[in-house]
Amino acid sequence: MSSTTVKQDRSGFSLAQYVTCLNGIVWREALRFVHQRERFVSALVRPLVWLFIFAAGFRQVLGISIIPPYETYILYEVYIAPGLMAMIQLFNGMQSSLSMVYDREMGNMRTLLVSPLPRWYLLFCKLVAGTAVSLLQVYAFLLIAWFWDIAPPPIGYLTVLPALILSGLMLGALGMLISSGIKQLENFAGVMNFVIFPMFFASSALYPLWRVQEGSPLLYYVCLFNPFTHAVELIRFALYGQTNWISLAVVSCCTAAFMIGAIYAYDPSRGLIRRGPAGGET
Amino acid sequence: MTATGAPTFDPAPPDTSPRNDPAEIPALSIGGVSHSYGTRRALADVSFAVAPASFTALLGLNGAGKSTLFALVTRLFGIQAGRISIFGHDISLVPGEALRLLGVVFQSRTLDLDLSVTQNLLYHAALHGIAKREARMRSDEVLARIGLADRAGSKVRDLSGGQMRRLEIARALLHRPRLLLLDEATVGLDIKARADILGHVRQLVTEQGIGVLWATHLFDEIMPGDDLVILHQGQVLAHGEVARIIADTGGHDVNSAFMRLTGVAAETGSPAP
Repeated sequence: MSSTTVKQDRSGFSLAQYVTCLNGIVWREALRFVHQRERFVSALVRPLVWLFIFAAGFRQVLGISIIPPYETYILYEVYIAPGLMAMIQLFNGMQSSLSMVYDREMGNMRTLLVSPLPRWYLLFCKLVAGTAVSLLQVYAFLLIAWFWDIAPPPIGYLTVLPALILSGLMLGALGMLISSGIKQLENFAGVMNFVIFPMFFASSALYPLWRVQEGSPLLYYVCLFNPFTHAVELIRFALYGQTNWISLAVVSCCTAAFMIGAIYAYDPSRGLIRRGPAGGET
Repeated sequence: MTATGAPTFDPAPPDTSPRNDPAEIPALSIGGVSHSYGTRRALADVSFAVAPASFTALLGLNGAGKSTLFALVTRLFGIQAGRISIFGHDISLVPGEALRLLGVVFQSRTLDLDLSVTQNLLYHAALHGIAKREARMRSDEVLARIGLADRAGSKVRDLSGGQMRRLEIARALLHRPRLLLLDEATVGLDIKARADILGHVRQLVTEQGIGVLWATHLFDEIMPGDDLVILHQGQVLAHGEVARIIADTGGHDVNSAFMRLTGVAAETGSPAP
């Protein structure tokens, strides 16, 4: 235990203890990810299938005009790369949500929740851990995409990092919020149908919004108000060293809102843990 | 060091600073606690205390409300009515201070099966803000004590049921709590494993002065010198020394006392002769 001379907060924990807790949760999440190799492979295969097959097929069908942040005509593969990066994070966020439901059913979640550190901080650590895992996946995707001639400016690999962290936090917080409302693991299929697919398809991940507007003004507005659209655009601009301020504001606000919602839902006096003891317990 | 010379954890938890005489402050104090799931009442005005360095058995049938009570004490559920404090720290007002003094073994297994024995312990230590070097030292210490030092690198899923339970107890003690809650910790274990675990926990009381609340529905896990709380349908029917409760009810053992109070028999964990 740290020395008592170390500065402590109101609850009696030092900064070092908070950092130790964060490290421990990130380390455990990374270990679980490493142990689940198939999860890593499927996380990579999914966007690569979109890139190698879907994008190749649609290249001839869907023309992309010059739109910011691009300064010239681009291949369709280049256009959808940021959307696929965000898709990795979307799936990872929902996967984390799934693992929280699983942990809750198996009882592992209790280990986390009976820690004396503040619960909001424990959830935040869990969120950071999930985001860190998603970053590994995104950069592995970018590495493979580079061989497919999707090569943003070298500095883009660095400038995109803050955008990826923010979008990862937003999608992870959304997953956490959703997990608080799922009673059983079996209900998770609904998340695929009602969250992941609508969020992904009603966004600018696969087609620019002006194209959507031409086809359906209503869908255009749905896409415009979809936070995932802004995660995609934030990543797209950051990959070229630019900032989309509107997307930055939307993603920041949504991250805060989802996180507050998740903390509220995991509060002992309300949300999921109010409903009853784990299966079989009385 | 203990009376037997065995190494012990230093009882050096954070500042617990009892406001009065430490001996007067119960390890666990539960006052007027009620809890409902919708319209179904799980606990009704439950009150009792667990003294430091004592073994208190919480006896009740399945469905009596034991796990609900544990969930309230560990702050998994919010308290709807009443007050719970651990060494004087109100669990609702200062949860961090209260939870750091508490070790808990839940009825359902909460170990991560895909991680190794040591990794599970280190994860728990991190959740209590214990630095890695210190955590490794404590981990080696507890594993040696529970006889699992040679399994430190094994995946938890490769352990037997009894070993997993011992590991859960070791994990609950890693941050050096002063109060230990065990919710039906011997369920599903064979007689020898049950006896080992019960013996180990009783040793913690005598050697380390830890207060223990042992929830069970098996009356043969209760000894004459224990404190006993009988919980039935969410209500405390009796609380006190085993011998006194037996005498008060006019029974001749825990089972008959339980029967007289509730109208039903508790179970024995031993096979029928």
